[in-house]
Amino acid sequence: MQNSKLKIIETNKLNLFYGAFHALIDVNLQVKPRMITGLIGPSGCGKSTLLRVFNRMNDLIDGVKISGSVKFENKEILSDAIDLITLRKRIGMVFQRPNPFPLTIFENVAYGLRIHGEGSRLVLDEAVQKSLTAVLLWDELKDKLSLSALELSLEQQQRLCIARLLAVTPDLLLMDEPCSSLDPLATMRIEELMNELKKEYTIIIVTHNMQQAARVSQECGFMLLGELVEFGDTKQIFTAPRDKRTDDYITGRYG
Amino acid sequence: MKRPFEFIIEKLVLISGLASIIFVVLIFVFLLKEGLSLFGQENLWGFLFGQNWYPISDPPQFGILPLILGSFLVTLGAIIIAVPLGLASAIYVAEVAPSGIRDVLKTGIELLAAIPSIVLGFIGIVTLAPFLKNVFHLSSGLTALAGSIMLAFMAMPTIVSIIEDSIVSVPKSYKEGSLALGATRWQTIYRVILPAASSGILAAIMLGIGRVVGETMAVLMITGNAAVMPTSFLQPVRTLTATVAAEMGEAVAGSGHYYALFAIGIVLFVISFAINLLADWFLHRGKKKRKKR
Repeated sequence: MQNSKLKIIETNKLNLFYGAFHALIDVNLQVKPRMITGLIGPSGCGKSTLLRVFNRMNDLIDGVKISGSVKFENKEILSDAIDLITLRKRIGMVFQRPNPFPLTIFENVAYGLRIHGEGSRLVLDEAVQKSLTAVLLWDELKDKLSLSALELSLEQQQRLCIARLLAVTPDLLLMDEPCSSLDPLATMRIEELMNELKKEYTIIIVTHNMQQAARVSQECGFMLLGELVEFGDTKQIFTAPRDKRTDDYITGRYG
Repeated sequence: MKRPFEFIIEKLVLISGLASIIFVVLIFVFLLKEGLSLFGQENLWGFLFGQNWYPISDPPQFGILPLILGSFLVTLGAIIIAVPLGLASAIYVAEVAPSGIRDVLKTGIELLAAIPSIVLGFIGIVTLAPFLKNVFHLSSGLTALAGSIMLAFMAMPTIVSIIEDSIVSVPKSYKEGSLALGATRWQTIYRVILPAASSGILAAIMLGIGRVVGETMAVLMITGNAAVMPTSFLQPVRTLTATVAAEMGEAVAGSGHYYALFAIGIVLFVISFAINLLADWFLHRGKKKRKKR
């Protein structure tokens, strides 16, 4: 019992097919709460696919078949009985390219609350301030809340997308290469933000940037051709990998 | 040194490209020349806002306000019917329908566009007009409402396909972002996708209006053709286009009546030019907004 409390996500023999393509093969993964878990591997290895299993975004794609088990806080999320709306409210996702809605900054952050039925201006105001403060945008933007979100810089947009998630108080943040369209300085600042956020949230980050995984994550998994080859303490993965394939990847023999 | 063949082809293409502009200019010049002759005997104000269209009485009266209002009423009715229907069906085709049904629907909408307007006109006369007559207890079913309903069918294909295009071109990332926040499909459509597609939707409405204002045959057949000031949808009206079509054959060349019909042509030209310009502006604005991302 003590042990299960230490896992927020647990997959067991997870297999996923896109039509005939076997994209995830027997993935067994355990993610601990309040830390950053990194998933690395060459493109096409299935790391983004795995991430999208956790909030069931793969449902949007035709011809996806999933078997095995994925538990979020000990509840099976692959079952049809799961309420996707509640699940996605509790598990937020940050995408590769910042994707703020073509609405005002305020409405972007308030969006999640609005769709879940919150109409009180007072509550919305407070949530917007709190969320923007958490991503360190409040001071910059507090006088520009009615501006279109598309006017912001890419880094600001990505922060806004994170704030948009925080407004609905999720438990788990999924980040799918959140810095791949940002410059190095913006990347560094987003990483600092992630370090702040991990005090209150669990984060799983997919990245093709090994240095980034080494910098921000505490635990890390290496994926290759749909398999989770190795998973463990980040330091150990990068200094003393147990699997030869992991060693080859982190030393740059392919990828 | 260019090869002669290349040279000829190049010039031919250039001339073809310019032809459309030259034709538009020539048509407009001709319209202006004939139409403006009217204003020797009639002032502009009396023409546009005169309430009586009696072109062959003595003295003739050339007030086209009843015709303008007739066109306006029929168009308004058609748009009120066609826009909600068109929007809903575009949303269904673009976002909701499974791909099999989508293909069938798109073909159906294209077929609707392929029906000649005269066919819609006589179907209107034999089915819609008697139906309206019975429902509203009218002396004749040939009314502005009948025209609006038939024209709504003609505007639908334009409206649906342009709105569908603009919905499909909304970046997929908006949809993903919204769904990933726990929004339902409908919330995603009306809170994110429709606002993002709003330029295209406005353009579609404009082009729908353009289609309706310019339509002649069907309205000539089923609006009842009474050039009186319209007061209700359940009354026969006459549109600008129908007036020209009905009277051009009998107007004596060079008479005031003849010139007045050309002047109506100018009015129609200006209206559809303005509508097209507006539609273009909306489409352009939509593209620019997207490029900014």
